[in-house]
Amino acid sequence: MTLYIFYFLSFLAILSAFMVVFSKNPVHSVLYLIVTFFAIAGHYILLNAQFLAAVHIIVYAGAIMVLFLYVIMMLNLNKETEPHKSTYLKLAATVSGGIFMVVLIGSLKGVEKIENLNAANQSAGLIKNLGHVLYNDYMLPFEMASILFLTAMVGAVLLGKNELK
Amino acid sequence: MEQHTLAQTLYGIPLNAYIIVSAVLFSIGVMGVLYRRNLIIIFMCIELMLNAVNLLLAAFGAYRGDSNGQVFVFFIMAVAAAEVAVGLAILMMIYRNTKSSDIDTLTRLKW
Repeated sequence: MTLYIFYFLSFLAILSAFMVVFSKNPVHSVLYLIVTFFAIAGHYILLNAQFLAAVHIIVYAGAIMVLFLYVIMMLNLNKETEPHKSTYLKLAATVSGGIFMVVLIGSLKGVEKIENLNAANQSAGLIKNLGHVLYNDYMLPFEMASILFLTAMVGAVLLGKNELK
Repeated sequence: MEQHTLAQTLYGIPLNAYIIVSAVLFSIGVMGVLYRRNLIIIFMCIELMLNAVNLLLAAFGAYRGDSNGQVFVFFIMAVAAAEVAVGLAILMMIYRNTKSSDIDTLTRLKW
């Protein structure tokens, strides 16, 4: 049963990822990317990482994709205005992407012998366990993330200003 | 009982399947960056690559029963959110200056 769910989610994610690349309209690309993100959130639930799935949906589908849509609407890009690359370059892009995939799968093929599942730590993805790790072992990186957000906010505002006086 | 079903879930899906899905998603992202000329689409393909890596990290973490992998995914998401905010601001500034979303206009950055 879960295997079928896995196949379905993987198929959905890969198909909509292809549609992100190949759809003409940027708004459609964003919508297909949202489908991909939901499929990946389903994968997280399948991996028993519920907190990660919730955060993924909130951050990506909720915040980042809204930002993308907002920028597309603001720049009025919701029609195809983009000149296309030549067929030769497109073919080169596709072939190099495919070769890259073969290399990646080939190089990661050897890791299938992961040690036996740690039965005592089945709840690794649950919020209680994750919060414990996050606020004990990763306290400093967590605080650094807040500084990163502050810097990003200042940078975005600065870049978004019309003219620097 | 719950642990039993989780073990069955994880054992039912081989880790290789997650590796293949992540590799395919990452390669689609790479291909999209090379394929398209629209800056926003290229940016979305970068997000796709980040998500492929996140999925693989979460899968490895779950198969080892280790929370650290998921905490790393959490941090990658935070960095991705900051990156998107700054990146879209840069993109809007480029659009305001060049009046196009074509990446080839940026070749003039060479000079």
